Amino acid sequence: MNSALIIMAVFLLITIFLGIQAKKGRDMDLEQWTVGGRGFGSIFIFLLMAGEIYTTFTFLGGSGWAYSKGGAAFYILGYGALMYVISYYLLPPIWKYANKHRLMSQSDYFTKKYNSPYLGVLVALVGVIAMIPYLVTQFQGLGIIVSEASYGIISPTLAVWIGAISVTVYVMVSGIHGSAWTAVLKDFMILAVCIFLGIYLPFHYYGGFEPMFKAINEAKPGFTALQDKGLSTSWFISTVLLTSLGAYMWPHTLGASFSAKSPNVFRKNAIFMPLYQLILMFVFLVGFAAVLQVPGLKNGDLSLLRLSEKTFDPWFIGLIGAAGLLTAIVPGSLILMTSAVMLSKNVVQVLAPKVPDQTVSKLAKYLVPFIALITVFATLKGGTALVPLLLMGYSLVTQLFPSVAFSLLKRNPITKAGAACGIIAGIAVVAYTTISGAAIASLFPSLPQAFKDLNIGVVAMVVNIVVMAVVSLVTKKSRSVQIDEEAEVNIG
Amino acid sequence: MKYIHLLSILPFLGILVGIIFANRVTPYVLGLPFMIFWLLLWLFLTSITLAIVYKFDPQNKEEETANE
Repeated sequence: MNSALIIMAVFLLITIFLGIQAKKGRDMDLEQWTVGGRGFGSIFIFLLMAGEIYTTFTFLGGSGWAYSKGGAAFYILGYGALMYVISYYLLPPIWKYANKHRLMSQSDYFTKKYNSPYLGVLVALVGVIAMIPYLVTQFQGLGIIVSEASYGIISPTLAVWIGAISVTVYVMVSGIHGSAWTAVLKDFMILAVCIFLGIYLPFHYYGGFEPMFKAINEAKPGFTALQDKGLSTSWFISTVLLTSLGAYMWPHTLGASFSAKSPNVFRKNAIFMPLYQLILMFVFLVGFAAVLQVPGLKNGDLSLLRLSEKTFDPWFIGLIGAAGLLTAIVPGSLILMTSAVMLSKNVVQVLAPKVPDQTVSKLAKYLVPFIALITVFATLKGGTALVPLLLMGYSLVTQLFPSVAFSLLKRNPITKAGAACGIIAGIAVVAYTTISGAAIASLFPSLPQAFKDLNIGVVAMVVNIVVMAVVSLVTKKSRSVQIDEEAEVNIG
Repeated sequence: MKYIHLLSILPFLGILVGIIFANRVTPYVLGLPFMIFWLLLWLFLTSITLAIVYKFDPQNKEEETANE
Protein backbone atom coordinates (compact mmCIF):
# COMPACT_ATOMS: atom_id res chain seq x y z
CA MET A 1 0.00 0.00 0.00
CA ASN A 2 1.44 3.37 -0.90
CA SER A 3 0.07 6.77 0.03
CA ALA A 4 -1.34 7.40 -3.48
CA LEU A 5 -3.47 4.29 -3.18
CA ILE A 6 -4.78 5.22 0.26
CA ILE A 7 -5.77 8.70 -0.91
CA MET A 8 -7.59 7.35 -3.95
CA ALA A 9 -9.41 4.77 -1.82
CA VAL A 10 -10.52 7.45 0.64
CA PHE A 11 -11.90 9.62 -2.16
CA LEU A 12 -13.69 6.68 -3.71
CA LEU A 13 -15.37 5.92 -0.37
CA ILE A 14 -16.38 9.57 0.09
CA THR A 15 -17.82 9.54 -3.43
CA ILE A 16 -19.88 6.43 -2.80
CA PHE A 17 -21.06 7.84 0.53
CA LEU A 18 -22.06 11.19 -1.05
CA GLY A 19 -23.78 9.37 -3.89
CA ILE A 20 -25.84 7.16 -1.59
CA GLN A 21 -26.74 9.75 1.04
CA ALA A 22 -28.10 11.98 -1.76
CA LYS A 23 -31.26 9.88 -1.61
CA LYS A 24 -32.05 11.29 1.88
CA GLY A 25 -35.42 9.68 2.48
CA ARG A 26 -36.77 10.67 -0.93
CA ASP A 27 -39.29 8.39 -2.54
CA MET A 28 -37.46 7.53 -5.75
CA ASP A 29 -40.13 7.40 -8.42
CA LEU A 30 -38.96 7.71 -12.00
CA GLU A 31 -39.34 11.50 -12.07
CA GLN A 32 -37.35 11.94 -8.86
CA TRP A 33 -34.73 9.45 -10.02
CA THR A 34 -34.13 10.85 -13.52
CA VAL A 35 -34.85 14.57 -13.29
CA GLY A 36 -34.62 15.20 -9.54
CA GLY A 37 -38.28 16.19 -9.29
CA ARG A 38 -37.36 19.24 -11.44
CA GLY A 39 -36.14 21.12 -8.39
CA PHE A 40 -32.45 21.85 -9.04
CA GLY A 41 -31.29 25.44 -8.79
CA SER A 42 -28.43 27.22 -10.54
CA ILE A 43 -25.60 25.60 -8.62
CA PHE A 44 -26.56 21.96 -9.09
CA ILE A 45 -27.39 22.55 -12.75
CA PHE A 46 -24.10 24.38 -13.17
CA LEU A 47 -22.21 21.41 -11.77
CA LEU A 48 -24.22 18.82 -13.68
CA MET A 49 -23.65 20.69 -16.92
CA ALA A 50 -19.99 21.15 -16.08
CA GLY A 51 -19.91 17.41 -15.45
CA GLU A 52 -20.40 16.94 -19.13
CA ILE A 53 -17.37 19.08 -20.00
CA TYR A 54 -14.82 18.00 -17.42
CA THR A 55 -14.69 14.31 -18.15
CA THR A 56 -11.73 11.96 -18.21
CA PHE A 57 -11.55 12.72 -21.87
CA THR A 58 -10.76 16.38 -21.11
CA PHE A 59 -8.47 15.61 -18.20
CA LEU A 60 -6.29 13.14 -20.11
CA GLY A 61 -7.35 13.98 -23.67
CA GLY A 62 -7.10 17.76 -23.25
CA SER A 63 -3.53 17.60 -22.02
CA GLY A 64 -2.92 14.83 -24.58
CA TRP A 65 -4.07 17.00 -27.47
CA ALA A 66 -1.98 19.95 -26.35
CA TYR A 67 0.99 17.59 -26.01
CA SER A 68 0.68 15.92 -29.38
CA LYS A 69 -1.25 18.40 -31.57
CA GLY A 70 -0.42 21.77 -30.02
CA GLY A 71 -2.58 24.77 -30.88
CA ALA A 72 -5.35 22.66 -32.44
CA ALA A 73 -6.35 21.60 -28.91
CA PHE A 74 -7.76 25.09 -28.44
CA TYR A 75 -10.76 24.27 -30.59
CA ILE A 76 -12.17 23.01 -27.27
CA LEU A 77 -12.13 26.57 -25.87
CA GLY A 78 -13.81 27.80 -29.06
CA TYR A 79 -16.79 25.51 -28.78
CA GLY A 80 -16.71 25.81 -25.01
CA ALA A 81 -17.64 29.48 -25.43
CA LEU A 82 -20.09 29.16 -28.32
CA MET A 83 -22.07 26.20 -26.99
CA TYR A 84 -23.27 28.41 -24.13
CA VAL A 85 -24.39 31.18 -26.44
CA ILE A 86 -26.47 28.51 -28.17
CA SER A 87 -27.70 27.13 -24.84
CA TYR A 88 -28.98 30.58 -23.86
CA TYR A 89 -31.53 30.29 -26.65
CA LEU A 90 -31.94 26.52 -26.92
CA LEU A 91 -32.49 25.32 -23.37
CA PRO A 92 -35.18 27.64 -21.96
CA PRO A 93 -37.84 26.79 -24.60
CA ILE A 94 -36.97 23.08 -24.44
CA TRP A 95 -37.14 23.17 -20.64
CA LYS A 96 -40.55 24.91 -20.69
CA TYR A 97 -41.94 22.32 -23.05
CA ALA A 98 -40.44 19.46 -21.05
CA ASN A 99 -41.77 20.88 -17.79
CA LYS A 100 -45.25 21.34 -19.16
CA HIS A 101 -45.48 17.82 -20.50
CA ARG A 102 -43.54 16.15 -17.66
CA LEU A 103 -40.86 14.85 -20.03
CA MET A 104 -37.95 12.83 -18.67
CA SER A 105 -35.66 12.18 -21.58
CA GLN A 106 -34.49 13.58 -24.86
CA SER A 107 -36.49 11.01 -26.78
CA ASP A 108 -39.62 11.96 -24.80
CA TYR A 109 -39.10 15.37 -26.34
CA PHE A 110 -39.07 14.02 -29.89
CA THR A 111 -42.01 11.71 -29.15
CA LYS A 112 -44.14 14.59 -27.90
CA LYS A 113 -43.02 17.36 -30.25
CA TYR A 114 -43.32 15.29 -33.39
CA ASN A 115 -46.22 13.27 -32.01
CA SER A 116 -44.49 10.02 -32.91
CA PRO A 117 -43.42 7.36 -30.38
CA TYR A 118 -41.40 5.62 -33.09
CA LEU A 119 -39.34 8.73 -33.74
CA GLY A 120 -38.72 8.56 -29.98
CA VAL A 121 -37.51 4.97 -30.35
CA LEU A 122 -35.14 6.01 -33.14
CA VAL A 123 -33.74 8.88 -31.08
CA ALA A 124 -33.36 6.64 -28.02
CA LEU A 125 -31.43 4.05 -30.02
CA VAL A 126 -29.19 6.69 -31.63
CA GLY A 127 -28.56 8.13 -28.17
CA VAL A 128 -27.68 4.81 -26.57
CA ILE A 129 -25.43 3.79 -29.48
CA ALA A 130 -23.62 7.12 -29.14
CA MET A 131 -23.41 7.04 -25.34
CA ILE A 132 -22.01 3.54 -24.81
CA PRO A 133 -18.65 4.30 -26.51
CA TYR A 134 -18.58 7.55 -24.52
CA LEU A 135 -18.98 5.57 -21.33
CA VAL A 136 -16.34 3.10 -22.51
CA THR A 137 -13.81 5.89 -22.96
CA GLN A 138 -14.61 7.15 -19.45
CA PHE A 139 -13.94 3.69 -18.05
CA GLN A 140 -10.79 3.33 -20.14
CA GLY A 141 -9.57 6.67 -18.81
CA LEU A 142 -10.38 5.56 -15.29
CA GLY A 143 -8.32 2.39 -15.82
CA ILE A 144 -5.34 4.41 -17.07
CA ILE A 145 -5.51 6.99 -14.28
CA VAL A 146 -5.87 4.56 -11.40
CA SER A 147 -3.23 2.14 -12.63
CA GLU A 148 -0.75 4.94 -13.35
CA ALA A 149 -1.45 6.78 -10.09
CA SER A 150 -1.15 3.58 -8.05
CA TYR A 151 2.23 2.99 -9.72
CA GLY A 152 0.90 -0.19 -11.31
CA ILE A 153 -0.28 -1.85 -8.09
CA ILE A 154 -3.88 -1.80 -9.30
CA SER A 155 -4.27 -3.12 -12.82
CA PRO A 156 -6.46 -1.20 -15.29
CA THR A 157 -8.86 -4.16 -15.33
CA LEU A 158 -9.35 -4.13 -11.57
CA ALA A 159 -9.71 -0.34 -11.60
CA VAL A 160 -12.44 -0.53 -14.24
CA TRP A 161 -14.37 -3.11 -12.20
CA ILE A 162 -14.11 -1.08 -8.99
CA GLY A 163 -15.19 2.12 -10.73
CA ALA A 164 -18.09 0.43 -12.53
CA ILE A 165 -19.42 -1.23 -9.38
CA SER A 166 -19.22 2.01 -7.34
CA VAL A 167 -21.06 4.07 -9.91
CA THR A 168 -23.71 1.38 -10.46
CA VAL A 169 -24.51 1.26 -6.75
CA TYR A 170 -25.10 4.94 -6.26
CA VAL A 171 -26.92 5.43 -9.55
CA MET A 172 -29.36 2.66 -8.62
CA VAL A 173 -29.95 4.15 -5.18
CA SER A 174 -30.00 7.90 -5.81
CA GLY A 175 -30.27 8.49 -9.56
CA ILE A 176 -29.53 12.05 -10.61
CA HIS A 177 -29.32 13.21 -6.97
CA GLY A 178 -26.20 11.05 -6.64
CA SER A 179 -24.70 12.59 -9.79
CA ALA A 180 -25.35 16.11 -8.51
CA TRP A 181 -23.80 15.49 -5.08
CA THR A 182 -20.70 13.76 -6.40
CA ALA A 183 -20.34 16.50 -9.03
CA VAL A 184 -19.73 18.97 -6.19
CA LEU A 185 -16.73 17.01 -4.95
CA LYS A 186 -15.51 16.33 -8.47
CA ASP A 187 -15.50 19.95 -9.56
CA PHE A 188 -13.77 21.10 -6.41
CA MET A 189 -11.02 18.50 -6.91
CA ILE A 190 -10.54 19.08 -10.60
CA LEU A 191 -10.39 22.86 -10.14
CA ALA A 192 -7.76 22.61 -7.44
CA VAL A 193 -5.62 20.01 -9.22
CA CYS A 194 -5.73 21.56 -12.70
CA ILE A 195 -5.05 25.14 -11.62
CA PHE A 196 -2.16 24.04 -9.44
CA LEU A 197 -0.57 21.83 -12.10
CA GLY A 198 -1.14 24.36 -14.89
CA ILE A 199 0.70 27.07 -12.98
CA TYR A 200 3.28 25.06 -11.08
CA LEU A 201 4.66 22.93 -13.93
CA PRO A 202 5.42 25.76 -16.42
CA PHE A 203 7.09 27.80 -13.67
CA HIS A 204 8.97 24.85 -12.21
CA TYR A 205 10.41 23.64 -15.51
CA TYR A 206 10.63 26.82 -17.60
CA GLY A 207 10.38 29.76 -15.21
CA GLY A 208 7.04 31.00 -16.58
CA PHE A 209 4.49 30.78 -19.39
CA GLU A 210 6.28 32.92 -21.94
CA PRO A 211 9.66 31.14 -21.58
CA MET A 212 7.81 27.81 -21.91
CA PHE A 213 5.98 28.79 -25.10
CA LYS A 214 9.14 30.35 -26.53
CA ALA A 215 11.08 27.17 -25.86
CA ILE A 216 8.36 25.06 -27.50
CA ASN A 217 8.10 27.28 -30.55
CA GLU A 218 11.86 27.22 -30.93
CA ALA A 219 11.93 23.42 -30.85
CA LYS A 220 8.78 23.07 -32.97
CA PRO A 221 8.05 26.28 -34.93
CA GLY A 222 4.34 27.09 -35.17
CA PHE A 223 3.36 24.31 -32.76
CA THR A 224 1.14 26.59 -30.66
CA ALA A 225 -0.94 27.82 -33.63
CA LEU A 226 -3.07 25.98 -36.19
CA GLN A 227 -1.41 24.15 -39.06
CA ASP A 228 -1.47 25.08 -42.77
CA LYS A 229 -2.92 21.72 -43.73
CA GLY A 230 -5.05 19.19 -41.86
CA LEU A 231 -5.72 20.82 -38.50
CA SER A 232 -6.02 24.20 -40.21
CA THR A 233 -8.26 27.22 -39.76
CA SER A 234 -11.05 25.71 -41.89
CA TRP A 235 -10.86 22.54 -39.79
CA PHE A 236 -11.08 24.72 -36.67
CA ILE A 237 -14.07 26.73 -37.86
CA SER A 238 -16.10 23.72 -39.05
CA THR A 239 -15.26 21.63 -35.99
CA VAL A 240 -16.02 24.37 -33.48
CA LEU A 241 -19.35 25.08 -35.17
CA LEU A 242 -20.42 21.41 -35.36
CA THR A 243 -19.38 20.55 -31.81
CA SER A 244 -21.07 23.61 -30.34
CA LEU A 245 -24.31 22.63 -32.09
CA GLY A 246 -23.98 19.00 -31.03
CA ALA A 247 -22.93 19.57 -27.43
CA TYR A 248 -26.45 19.78 -26.02
CA MET A 249 -27.69 16.95 -28.19
CA TRP A 250 -26.07 14.38 -25.91
CA PRO A 251 -29.06 12.71 -24.27
CA HIS A 252 -27.57 12.84 -20.79
CA THR A 253 -26.83 16.55 -21.07
CA LEU A 254 -30.21 17.54 -22.45
CA GLY A 255 -31.87 15.16 -20.00
CA ALA A 256 -30.01 16.69 -17.04
CA SER A 257 -31.32 20.11 -18.06
CA PHE A 258 -34.87 18.92 -17.28
CA SER A 259 -33.93 18.82 -13.61
CA ALA A 260 -33.72 22.63 -13.43
CA LYS A 261 -36.41 24.45 -11.51
CA SER A 262 -36.76 27.41 -13.87
CA PRO A 263 -35.61 28.39 -17.39
CA ASN A 264 -33.72 31.33 -15.96
CA VAL A 265 -31.20 28.90 -14.48
CA PHE A 266 -29.86 28.26 -18.00
CA ARG A 267 -29.54 31.92 -18.93
CA LYS A 268 -27.62 32.65 -15.75
CA ASN A 269 -25.44 29.60 -16.27
CA ALA A 270 -24.70 30.62 -19.84
CA ILE A 271 -23.05 33.77 -18.49
CA PHE A 272 -20.68 31.94 -16.15
CA MET A 273 -19.98 28.76 -18.05
CA PRO A 274 -17.59 30.29 -20.61
CA LEU A 275 -15.41 31.50 -17.71
CA TYR A 276 -15.45 28.03 -16.24
CA GLN A 277 -13.70 26.85 -19.43
CA LEU A 278 -10.60 28.55 -18.09
CA ILE A 279 -9.84 25.34 -16.23
CA LEU A 280 -9.18 23.76 -19.60
CA MET A 281 -6.55 26.36 -20.24
CA PHE A 282 -4.65 25.00 -17.24
CA VAL A 283 -5.05 21.44 -18.51
CA PHE A 284 -3.53 22.54 -21.84
CA LEU A 285 -0.66 24.26 -20.02
CA VAL A 286 0.19 20.91 -18.42
CA GLY A 287 0.22 19.25 -21.85
CA PHE A 288 2.50 21.99 -23.21
CA ALA A 289 4.82 21.70 -20.22
CA ALA A 290 5.17 17.99 -20.98
CA VAL A 291 6.18 18.56 -24.63
CA LEU A 292 9.85 19.15 -23.85
CA GLN A 293 9.99 17.39 -20.45
CA VAL A 294 8.63 13.93 -21.29
CA PRO A 295 9.08 13.87 -25.08
CA GLY A 296 8.32 10.94 -27.33
CA LEU A 297 5.22 9.51 -25.63
CA LYS A 298 3.27 7.52 -28.19
CA ASN A 299 0.08 7.99 -26.24
CA GLY A 300 -0.20 11.73 -25.53
CA ASP A 301 -3.02 11.03 -23.07
CA LEU A 302 -0.39 9.86 -20.61
CA SER A 303 1.49 13.17 -20.67
CA LEU A 304 -0.24 14.71 -17.63
CA LEU A 305 0.30 11.64 -15.46
CA ARG A 306 3.86 10.94 -16.60
CA LEU A 307 5.03 14.50 -16.05
CA SER A 308 3.35 14.56 -12.63
CA GLU A 309 5.00 11.30 -11.59
CA LYS A 310 8.32 12.75 -12.60
CA THR A 311 7.68 15.87 -10.53
CA PHE A 312 5.72 15.03 -7.38
CA ASP A 313 5.59 12.72 -4.36
CA PRO A 314 3.19 9.75 -4.35
CA TRP A 315 0.62 11.36 -2.02
CA PHE A 316 0.12 14.15 -4.53
CA ILE A 317 -0.18 11.65 -7.38
CA GLY A 318 -2.94 10.10 -5.25
CA LEU A 319 -4.83 13.41 -5.32
CA ILE A 320 -4.45 13.65 -9.09
CA GLY A 321 -5.63 10.06 -9.37
CA ALA A 322 -8.63 10.81 -7.18
CA ALA A 323 -9.56 13.83 -9.31
CA GLY A 324 -9.22 11.68 -12.43
CA LEU A 325 -11.34 8.95 -10.89
CA LEU A 326 -14.12 11.44 -10.20
CA THR A 327 -14.00 12.85 -13.73
CA ALA A 328 -14.82 9.36 -14.98
CA ILE A 329 -17.44 8.43 -12.41
CA VAL A 330 -19.65 11.54 -12.43
CA PRO A 331 -20.33 11.78 -16.17
CA GLY A 332 -20.48 7.98 -16.18
CA SER A 333 -23.32 8.04 -13.69
CA LEU A 334 -25.40 10.41 -15.84
CA ILE A 335 -24.80 8.34 -18.96
CA LEU A 336 -25.71 5.09 -17.23
CA MET A 337 -28.92 6.52 -15.87
CA THR A 338 -29.94 8.20 -19.13
CA SER A 339 -29.32 5.08 -21.21
CA ALA A 340 -31.36 2.99 -18.79
CA VAL A 341 -34.30 5.42 -18.79
CA MET A 342 -34.36 5.74 -22.56
CA LEU A 343 -34.18 1.99 -23.14
CA SER A 344 -36.93 1.27 -20.67
CA LYS A 345 -39.28 4.23 -21.20
CA ASN A 346 -38.71 5.11 -24.83
CA VAL A 347 -38.01 1.71 -26.35
CA VAL A 348 -39.54 -1.06 -24.22
CA GLN A 349 -42.70 0.82 -23.25
CA VAL A 350 -43.36 1.85 -26.85
CA LEU A 351 -42.86 -1.63 -28.24
CA ALA A 352 -44.85 -3.20 -25.38
CA PRO A 353 -47.43 -0.52 -24.50
CA LYS A 354 -49.23 -2.71 -21.96
CA VAL A 355 -46.34 -2.59 -19.51
CA PRO A 356 -47.41 -0.43 -16.52
CA ASP A 357 -45.43 2.67 -15.48
CA GLN A 358 -44.20 1.08 -12.28
CA THR A 359 -42.58 -1.78 -14.17
CA VAL A 360 -40.91 0.71 -16.53
CA SER A 361 -39.50 2.54 -13.55
CA LYS A 362 -38.16 -0.70 -12.02
CA LEU A 363 -36.81 -1.90 -15.33
CA ALA A 364 -34.86 1.37 -15.71
CA LYS A 365 -33.10 0.75 -12.40
CA TYR A 366 -32.35 -2.89 -13.13
CA LEU A 367 -30.96 -1.99 -16.55
CA VAL A 368 -28.22 0.05 -14.85
CA PRO A 369 -26.02 -2.90 -13.77
CA PHE A 370 -26.72 -4.58 -17.09
CA ILE A 371 -25.51 -1.58 -19.14
CA ALA A 372 -22.54 -1.16 -16.78
CA LEU A 373 -21.59 -4.79 -17.35
CA ILE A 374 -21.75 -4.47 -21.15
CA THR A 375 -19.61 -1.35 -20.91
CA VAL A 376 -17.03 -3.05 -18.69
CA PHE A 377 -16.69 -5.90 -21.19
CA ALA A 378 -16.44 -3.48 -24.10
CA THR A 379 -13.78 -1.55 -22.17
CA LEU A 380 -11.71 -4.62 -21.40
CA LYS A 381 -12.03 -6.23 -24.84
CA GLY A 382 -12.31 -3.15 -27.05
CA GLY A 383 -8.86 -1.63 -26.95
CA THR A 384 -8.12 1.21 -29.28
CA ALA A 385 -10.82 0.30 -31.80
CA LEU A 386 -13.15 2.41 -29.68
CA VAL A 387 -11.64 5.81 -30.36
CA PRO A 388 -13.28 6.14 -33.79
CA LEU A 389 -16.53 5.01 -32.16
CA LEU A 390 -16.38 7.86 -29.70
CA LEU A 391 -15.82 10.38 -32.45
CA MET A 392 -18.71 8.77 -34.29
CA GLY A 393 -20.84 9.15 -31.16
CA TYR A 394 -20.38 12.91 -31.20
CA SER A 395 -21.25 13.10 -34.90
CA LEU A 396 -24.29 10.87 -34.34
CA VAL A 397 -25.89 13.05 -31.69
CA THR A 398 -25.11 16.17 -33.72
CA GLN A 399 -27.48 14.79 -36.35
CA LEU A 400 -30.35 15.38 -33.93
CA PHE A 401 -29.74 19.14 -33.93
CA PRO A 402 -31.65 20.17 -37.09
CA SER A 403 -34.91 18.54 -36.03
CA VAL A 404 -34.61 19.98 -32.51
CA ALA A 405 -33.86 23.46 -33.88
CA PHE A 406 -36.83 23.41 -36.25
CA SER A 407 -39.10 22.07 -33.52
CA LEU A 408 -38.64 25.35 -31.64
CA LEU A 409 -40.26 27.39 -34.41
CA LYS A 410 -43.87 28.39 -33.85
CA ARG A 411 -44.84 26.61 -37.04
CA ASN A 412 -42.49 23.73 -37.51
CA PRO A 413 -42.21 23.00 -41.24
CA ILE A 414 -40.64 19.61 -40.52
CA THR A 415 -42.84 16.51 -40.37
CA LYS A 416 -42.13 13.43 -38.27
CA ALA A 417 -41.23 11.50 -41.43
CA GLY A 418 -38.91 14.34 -42.45
CA ALA A 419 -37.21 14.38 -39.06
CA ALA A 420 -36.79 10.59 -39.05
CA CYS A 421 -35.46 10.39 -42.63
CA GLY A 422 -33.09 13.32 -42.05
CA ILE A 423 -31.67 11.73 -38.91
CA ILE A 424 -31.30 8.34 -40.61
CA ALA A 425 -29.62 9.88 -43.67
CA GLY A 426 -27.23 11.90 -41.49
CA ILE A 427 -26.36 8.84 -39.44
CA ALA A 428 -25.77 6.78 -42.57
CA VAL A 429 -23.24 9.35 -43.81
CA VAL A 430 -21.54 9.45 -40.38
CA ALA A 431 -21.37 5.65 -40.23
CA TYR A 432 -20.05 5.34 -43.79
CA THR A 433 -17.39 7.98 -43.38
CA THR A 434 -16.31 6.68 -39.97
CA ILE A 435 -16.04 3.06 -41.02
CA SER A 436 -14.42 3.73 -44.40
CA GLY A 437 -12.19 6.40 -42.86
CA ALA A 438 -13.23 8.78 -45.65
CA ALA A 439 -12.43 12.46 -45.32
CA ILE A 440 -13.43 15.30 -47.62
CA ALA A 441 -9.87 15.21 -48.98
CA SER A 442 -10.27 11.58 -50.12
CA LEU A 443 -13.84 11.98 -51.40
CA PHE A 444 -13.14 15.17 -53.36
CA PRO A 445 -9.37 15.28 -53.99
CA SER A 446 -9.56 18.20 -56.43
CA LEU A 447 -11.04 20.73 -53.98
CA PRO A 448 -8.92 23.56 -52.57
CA GLN A 449 -7.12 22.76 -49.31
CA ALA A 450 -9.50 24.87 -47.17
CA PHE A 451 -12.42 22.66 -48.25
CA LYS A 452 -10.46 19.45 -47.84
CA ASP A 453 -9.80 20.25 -44.19
CA LEU A 454 -13.47 20.79 -43.35
CA ASN A 455 -14.84 18.46 -40.72
CA ILE A 456 -16.53 15.54 -42.49
CA GLY A 457 -19.53 16.06 -40.19
CA VAL A 458 -20.45 19.05 -42.36
CA VAL A 459 -21.34 16.65 -45.20
CA ALA A 460 -23.55 14.56 -42.91
CA MET A 461 -25.29 17.69 -41.64
CA VAL A 462 -25.99 18.98 -45.15
CA VAL A 463 -27.33 15.59 -46.30
CA ASN A 464 -29.47 15.43 -43.15
CA ILE A 465 -31.03 18.87 -43.73
CA VAL A 466 -31.66 18.30 -47.45
CA VAL A 467 -33.35 14.92 -46.87
CA MET A 468 -35.33 16.37 -43.96
CA ALA A 469 -36.59 19.26 -46.10
CA VAL A 470 -37.49 17.11 -49.12
CA VAL A 471 -39.32 14.42 -47.14
CA SER A 472 -41.15 17.08 -45.12
CA LEU A 473 -42.41 18.72 -48.32
CA VAL A 474 -43.68 15.38 -49.63
CA THR A 475 -45.40 14.37 -46.38
CA LYS A 476 -46.80 17.80 -45.57
CA LYS A 477 -50.45 16.73 -45.27
CA SER A 478 -49.98 14.72 -42.10
CA ARG A 479 -48.80 17.70 -40.13
CA SER A 480 -52.01 19.47 -39.13
CA VAL A 481 -52.11 17.68 -35.77
CA GLN A 482 -48.67 18.86 -34.98
CA ILE A 483 -49.36 22.51 -35.66
CA ASP A 484 -52.04 22.57 -32.95
CA GLU A 485 -49.40 21.31 -30.58
CA GLU A 486 -46.90 23.91 -31.70
CA ALA A 487 -49.28 26.79 -31.29
CA GLU A 488 -49.20 26.37 -27.52
CA VAL A 489 -45.50 26.81 -27.27
CA ASN A 490 -44.03 30.24 -27.30
CA ILE A 491 -40.32 30.38 -27.90
CA GLY A 492 -40.05 34.16 -27.39
CA MET B 1 -36.81 38.89 -31.26
CA LYS B 2 -35.36 41.94 -29.58
CA TYR B 3 -32.41 43.76 -31.09
CA ILE B 4 -30.33 43.05 -28.00
CA HIS B 5 -30.13 39.41 -29.11
CA LEU B 6 -28.10 40.46 -32.15
CA LEU B 7 -25.23 40.97 -29.72
CA SER B 8 -25.03 37.18 -29.40
CA ILE B 9 -23.55 37.06 -32.89
CA LEU B 10 -20.38 38.74 -31.62
CA PRO B 11 -18.78 35.65 -30.03
CA PHE B 12 -19.35 33.70 -33.26
CA LEU B 13 -17.63 36.44 -35.26
CA GLY B 14 -14.80 36.77 -32.76
CA ILE B 15 -14.07 33.06 -32.61
CA LEU B 16 -14.99 31.67 -36.03
CA VAL B 17 -13.99 34.63 -38.20
CA GLY B 18 -11.42 36.10 -35.84
CA ILE B 19 -9.39 32.89 -35.85
CA ILE B 20 -8.46 33.50 -39.50
CA PHE B 21 -6.52 36.60 -38.41
CA ALA B 22 -5.54 35.41 -34.96
CA ASN B 23 -3.91 32.14 -36.06
CA ARG B 24 -0.33 33.15 -35.25
CA VAL B 25 2.32 32.64 -32.59
CA THR B 26 3.51 36.23 -32.18
CA PRO B 27 3.09 38.72 -30.58
CA TYR B 28 3.04 37.15 -27.13
CA VAL B 29 0.38 38.68 -24.90
CA LEU B 30 0.43 38.03 -21.14
CA GLY B 31 3.05 35.39 -21.84
CA LEU B 32 0.76 33.52 -24.23
CA PRO B 33 1.16 32.92 -27.96
CA PHE B 34 -1.29 35.20 -29.81
CA MET B 35 -3.87 32.59 -30.88
CA ILE B 36 -4.11 31.21 -27.37
CA PHE B 37 -4.49 34.71 -25.95
CA TRP B 38 -7.19 35.49 -28.54
CA LEU B 39 -9.33 32.46 -27.65
CA LEU B 40 -8.90 33.11 -23.96
CA LEU B 41 -9.95 36.72 -24.46
CA TRP B 42 -13.13 35.51 -26.17
CA LEU B 43 -14.06 33.35 -23.21
CA PHE B 44 -14.27 36.58 -21.20
CA LEU B 45 -15.94 38.54 -23.99
CA THR B 46 -18.54 35.78 -24.52
CA SER B 47 -19.36 35.86 -20.86
CA ILE B 48 -19.66 39.67 -20.87
CA THR B 49 -21.80 39.60 -24.03
CA LEU B 50 -24.24 37.12 -22.48
CA ALA B 51 -24.37 39.13 -19.27
CA ILE B 52 -25.38 42.23 -21.24
CA VAL B 53 -27.96 40.27 -23.25
CA TYR B 54 -29.34 38.82 -20.02
CA LYS B 55 -29.61 42.23 -18.39
CA PHE B 56 -31.66 43.67 -21.24
CA ASP B 57 -33.64 40.53 -22.08
CA PRO B 58 -37.24 41.39 -21.10
CA GLN B 59 -38.19 37.72 -20.93
CA ASN B 60 -36.14 37.16 -17.78
CA LYS B 61 -38.11 39.65 -15.74
CA GLU B 62 -41.41 38.11 -16.76
CA GLU B 63 -40.24 34.64 -15.82
CA GLU B 64 -38.64 35.69 -12.61
CA THR B 65 -41.88 37.14 -11.33
CA ALA B 66 -43.85 34.17 -12.63
CA ASN B 67 -41.61 31.50 -11.14
CA GLU B 68 -40.07 32.81 -8.00
